[in-house]
Amino acid sequence: MSNQRKRLTGEREDEDDEDAEGIGEWERAYVDDRSWEELQEDESGLLRPIDNSAIYHAQYRRRLRMLSAAAAGTRIQKGLIRYLYIVIDFSRAAAEMDFRPSRIAVMAKHIEAFIREFFDQNPLSQIGLVSIKNGVAHTLTDLGGSPETHIKALMGKLEALGDSSLQNALELVNEHLSQVPSYGHREVLILYSALCTCDPGDIMETIQKCKKSKLRCSVIGLSAEMFICKHLCQETGGLYSVAVDEVHLKDLLLEHAPPPPAIAEFAIANLIKMGFPQRAAEGSMAICSCHKEVKIGAGYMCPRCKARVCDLPTECTICGLTLVSSPHLARSYHHLFPIAPFDEVPAFSSLNDSRRTLGKSCFGCQQSLIGTGNKPGPCVTCRKCKHYFCLDCDIYIHESLHNCPGCESIHRPKSVSLMEE
Amino acid sequence: MPSVASKQYSDDVSLLVLLLDTNPLFWSNTSITFSQFLSHVLAFLNAVLGLNQLNQVVVIATGYSSCDYIYDSSLTSNHGNFESRGTGMPPLFASLLKKLEDFVTKDEELSREEGHEDRTPSCLLSGSLSMALCYIQRVFRSGHLHPQPRILCLQGSPDGPEQYVAVMNSIFSAQRLMVPIDSCYIGVQNSAFLQQASYITGGVHHTPKQLDGLFQYLTTIFATDLHSRGFVQLPKPIGVDFRASCFCHKKTIDMGYICSVCLSIFCEHHKKCSTCGSVFGQSKLDEASSVSDKKRKAPHT
Repeated sequence: MSNQRKRLTGEREDEDDEDAEGIGEWERAYVDDRSWEELQEDESGLLRPIDNSAIYHAQYRRRLRMLSAAAAGTRIQKGLIRYLYIVIDFSRAAAEMDFRPSRIAVMAKHIEAFIREFFDQNPLSQIGLVSIKNGVAHTLTDLGGSPETHIKALMGKLEALGDSSLQNALELVNEHLSQVPSYGHREVLILYSALCTCDPGDIMETIQKCKKSKLRCSVIGLSAEMFICKHLCQETGGLYSVAVDEVHLKDLLLEHAPPPPAIAEFAIANLIKMGFPQRAAEGSMAICSCHKEVKIGAGYMCPRCKARVCDLPTECTICGLTLVSSPHLARSYHHLFPIAPFDEVPAFSSLNDSRRTLGKSCFGCQQSLIGTGNKPGPCVTCRKCKHYFCLDCDIYIHESLHNCPGCESIHRPKSVSLMEE
Repeated sequence: MPSVASKQYSDDVSLLVLLLDTNPLFWSNTSITFSQFLSHVLAFLNAVLGLNQLNQVVVIATGYSSCDYIYDSSLTSNHGNFESRGTGMPPLFASLLKKLEDFVTKDEELSREEGHEDRTPSCLLSGSLSMALCYIQRVFRSGHLHPQPRILCLQGSPDGPEQYVAVMNSIFSAQRLMVPIDSCYIGVQNSAFLQQASYITGGVHHTPKQLDGLFQYLTTIFATDLHSRGFVQLPKPIGVDFRASCFCHKKTIDMGYICSVCLSIFCEHHKKCSTCGSVFGQSKLDEASSVSDKKRKAPHT
């Protein structure tokens, strides 16, 4: 009996300890892991795990449909030469921990991924970084084409203090971008965590100034929707979105990587003089103009002033000529010649002849398209070549490859050139 | 054969996707006949499969009017096929030879249907590259344990300039997936597409001088798996020409003008872009009146 009482009091003491801390040991395990959200009920009420692939594919197709509806069959001009400033709000609100481990850490990680993706898709464009701290906007890096410089500068200064000022940031960016050549598209991407802005003057005037200098401002909010951000984006033709969690933030950021549809009057078309340097001969020695060191072998020679540069794309430090190689230009061609989205084939359609012969396996990866129980599974088909593809190939083809294997496997006579398509 | 998933993958297991050029316009006049070439290639494939029990080989034929899968060593229907054709070929490849024969006949029919227009001698490299990448993407999806894929392009036909954008798209996608594209060019002129492909993706490009010894070139250069390449001296890329050619005359240029809207390359100054129709030549000084200028110029173009 006394043992039992001791045990009971012992347990009660334990419970008191737990209550005093506010959260029990068993509860701590579930703070991060919400495994019950991964279950769904099917038609008969039984539990089953969520079918991620079907949801992923449905999301992807919805996005594709929105994009193609916007394009509406005509070839939209895209701003391929972009000068983008990323404004990061390092005010007090950025130290909040609602994004794990903290908003700053998450922002820095995703911005690094965004910068690499941006230069991958837009090799001729340039990025600059601006931070807002204590109500003042500072330039972290100037406009440049090398991802490493920006990432290094960003990771060096990760601390949050003070208020946030939207007007100061916009004024600073406007000043920088006024010196940019007229054929480039001027853009700003603001990552805003604060819920207010402390400005020295009238922000509406600044917004009008931005609009007049054809600066396209987009905002990604991390806390809640703000009227001033929405107004800014509407006036300048940008995109406003608010992130709900880390994964959503990454998706929203990466949406800004491909070139946005260009408003024709915003950038004046111009012929830009560019050089295509040849690779320097193996074993040749020269002093490179970027590091001011003696380098042997690998490098490129500017065709105008014969100075040696280490990497492409770059601007020759001696004569100012933009140096690129043809693959850099080719990276942007898929934006100009996009492939049409594939049509969905309803999963349980009647087995017509073409489906029976062609639709047995995916044309791209040879995966079987027959679903469970010998019935035809879900697949998609290309309008032009009429071949069938599985859902994963559909996503891969439209997001990364930009070539339809079926259309590429048909011989086209010499007279049809690529430009006429 | 023990189930593949139960084995631990060591780092030298590879998946080789071979793109075989079967363009009849090329094979009609070469120093080596197609059947001799095929015997070199089949011996090479046998050697690759013999290097490691878990190695896989997929063969895609690049024809003149079509591309198709010819052989996949991981399909169980290919194993235990002891029907020897009595030609001295290993029985493992009986199905490969049959499918290749069917493919070549079908390809010939399709090209005959097109008629006798201006025949470009190029093969459909972009089509087979795209199919190879889709297959490799499927292998990546199959889980953590998978062989390391690479693509080997055996080609003799010259480049078709109409495929430039499609081939570059495939090259960039392969670069992203970290799949090297090796290329062995057996034709007469140089292939700029294959040189660029191997350079950008980190593969090996080689043009064998003597086609009688093709098997030797293939086994010494192209049979090494990706992990072992760090320890082996392979032919280095020499002088890959990355210069662009202008859209107006198709000659390679050192310095040129790029349209800021559509990135077309011109060798001399033009008033108007021939690809996208945008009018050039408005300097920054005219920026204030640029909008009205555009409206005034529009009826003239």
